[in-house]
Amino acid sequence: MAREEKRRDVVIVGLGWTGSILGMELTSEGLDVLALERGGDRDTVPDFQYPDVADELKYGVRYGFMQKPKNSTLTVRHNTDETALPYRHLGSFLPGDGVGGAGIHWNGHTWRPMKEELRLKSYVEEEFGADIIPDDMTIQDWGVTYEELEPYFDRFEYMCGISGQAGNINGKVIEGGNPFEAPRARDFPMPPLAQTLNGRMFKEAAEKMGLHPFPRPAANASEAYVNEYGMQLGPCNYCGFCERFGCLNYSKSSPQTCILDALKRRDNFSYRTHCEVLKVEKSEDGKTATGVTYWDEEAGEEVFQPADLVILAAYQLHNVHLMLLSDLGEPYDPATGEGVTGKNYAYQMTGGTSLFFEDINFNPFVGAGSNGYCIDDYAINQIDFAAEGFIGGSYISAAQYNGQPIRSMRLPGDVPKWGAGWKTGIKDWYGHSMSIGSHGSNMSYRDCYLALDPTYKDQHGRPLMQLTFDWKDNDIRMTQFMRRQIEPIAESMNPTSWASGYKKEGAQYDVRPYQTTHNVGGTIMGDDPKSSVLNRYLQCWDTHNVFAMGAGAFPQNIQYNPTGAVGALAYWAADAIRKDYLPNPRPLV
Amino acid sequence: MSTRDFKATRRQFMQGGAAGAALSTFARPLTAQEQAVPLDKYEAEYFEDAEWAFVMAATARLIPSDGDGPGAIDARVPVFIDRQMAGEFGQAATWYMEGPHDAGANPNFGYQSPLTPAEVYRGGIKAFDTWCQNELGGAFVDLDADNQDAALTALDSGDVPLDPELRDFFDLLLQNTKEGYFADPRYGGNHGMAAWVYIGFPGARANFLEWTDPSKDNVPYPLGPVSIAGERA
Repeated sequence: MAREEKRRDVVIVGLGWTGSILGMELTSEGLDVLALERGGDRDTVPDFQYPDVADELKYGVRYGFMQKPKNSTLTVRHNTDETALPYRHLGSFLPGDGVGGAGIHWNGHTWRPMKEELRLKSYVEEEFGADIIPDDMTIQDWGVTYEELEPYFDRFEYMCGISGQAGNINGKVIEGGNPFEAPRARDFPMPPLAQTLNGRMFKEAAEKMGLHPFPRPAANASEAYVNEYGMQLGPCNYCGFCERFGCLNYSKSSPQTCILDALKRRDNFSYRTHCEVLKVEKSEDGKTATGVTYWDEEAGEEVFQPADLVILAAYQLHNVHLMLLSDLGEPYDPATGEGVTGKNYAYQMTGGTSLFFEDINFNPFVGAGSNGYCIDDYAINQIDFAAEGFIGGSYISAAQYNGQPIRSMRLPGDVPKWGAGWKTGIKDWYGHSMSIGSHGSNMSYRDCYLALDPTYKDQHGRPLMQLTFDWKDNDIRMTQFMRRQIEPIAESMNPTSWASGYKKEGAQYDVRPYQTTHNVGGTIMGDDPKSSVLNRYLQCWDTHNVFAMGAGAFPQNIQYNPTGAVGALAYWAADAIRKDYLPNPRPLV
Repeated sequence: MSTRDFKATRRQFMQGGAAGAALSTFARPLTAQEQAVPLDKYEAEYFEDAEWAFVMAATARLIPSDGDGPGAIDARVPVFIDRQMAGEFGQAATWYMEGPHDAGANPNFGYQSPLTPAEVYRGGIKAFDTWCQNELGGAFVDLDADNQDAALTALDSGDVPLDPELRDFFDLLLQNTKEGYFADPRYGGNHGMAAWVYIGFPGARANFLEWTDPSKDNVPYPLGPVSIAGERA
């Protein structure tokens, strides 16, 4: 029999970005809010402090801040004919655990989707005709428009403290920014980061080709900043320990640097760590949740936590898993196309070209998580999908994140991977390379989805989640299109040599190399309960006092890093809860 | 290891006047690392004697000592690998290791062996040595350098038949060798931070804002590396 805790107004599952935001917003209403975090507590000091955090092996290679597959993982297969096998150690994507979640170890790339991406299916149909959408592609509109979300993008960017250059303020195109972005109400809160030589070389080359480079919007502070919660950021020092690390310098925006100390001061907020939620419990009529059952690791027992409102704010994969385990929404069936929970999993399509310059030393360890110049000339709203034969797009960038030598040792193709030739190669080329990368969309498909695995169990005896996913021709055509745009830019820079890596026809999804942690879908939002799990306010269609945050809501992936959209949706949902749901709890649509 | 580049750039650096005080402690002698037990006296935590001899010999071919820059032996890479195998990584302590296992699955699904990395080393060394004996007339450690290179090349290209649960042996060995070469010296390898000095990585300095200035374009960073323990090289 589970121990039962005192009833709370709100229980939040997971204390990363969205859990922290909802914690602030709902405690502002005077509600008694409890967050449950399955990992440990974390703060800048002692967990990210210098010099201990500047440890490539521990954090960059052995994934010190990431989820441990022993405690939580999923199974993977390429198609429904295969038997899924466990993702036994991390590679392709790196979910966080602990307070702050993946919000501590990200690079800080903070984008808004294009307005066309938020109504992608309608945009494609209107511009190019429904017949260009492949039969097995299941793209949808989000059910919320860019115009509706604009104030919430703005709020997230000002809370986070983003360094950048606007390209379009209220319809006026601003020189030096991204001319293809949707209108924003005002500029970024801070000017762009300083740039490194590689980025400046790319900018110059792109301009010469008539393209439109702009600095990447960065959650790395370019100057001192105080946000709406009174939290302070200090200017980034280009330490080169951003991606996979917590920030030692109070510069990278994270729940710790932007929210948590303010939230912890509120008497009506509390949180418990090492408490993994096992299930959302439902009332007898199934129309509402009564609370959650979690595993209290310290006590070694199950606990029932009653609550009036349940906010799922775990990482995308874990929100989907929890909903499948809790019978929230009908599980998706790819054979019939019926059901919704687990539907439309999508990933991200990336590729890149490495450039080697024998006469240039880039000092590659001088890096920030989101510095660099980008172009959006081949973005979703700039491509004729009918002419090119695919739906999607990419932004293209040149950046310098770090020169950590285990992970960041780019070598020309003629350098052997071991032996005397390798040793000569690392001396010759460490510090002499840069890359131009393409970060692109990934569409959703009928047979790419999340379900419960029939064989493998987690440490609590629950079925692991099963991912069925593979690359599709449409998205491979997109990345090959980007290769054809990037290679001429690279050649125009006159490198000593260069080498490209883009997925080719027939490429299969490989869980080994790191790609991105931008898993999306599975708890998709929309305007029809038959084709979405959540309504436009991220409220469960079937269980009105459950709201689910995060990139699970995306009906297909955008061409950008997802955090900007995740943050804006969290503020959008919080606003609906505050203004509309709390005075009259009910299905909002 | 080259000091030539450093001298040239140190002059530029001093002329620039920035952070010159940092140079006063630049030549502080190494302490803990200098006192490390010689490799031939090192008592392995995980490996048995023959396995230790293999790891010494194999890593010495993967990153040889001759030519410019330290080799794996100079960097004490075998010590790093031994400690990793005795620790969390070698024991797969954070990995999902529940069965059923399908060790021969499509490699795209990643590590599927029921064995821990430490067990893969143990089984892999044994199987590889048997192959060396049959094909090249001696255990790996007894071969000359050319034959050792040929044997490792065969292992790397999958030409040495291994049971599926051992198939990641070479990839683990090579990856761990590079990790031991470049990781912070606290893990037993990268002795004297020699691998960092060799390529020009400054270690845990972690503060470079002024080096984004265009006046520093193509100027090699002048300071040698520091370790997390504060040692300098």
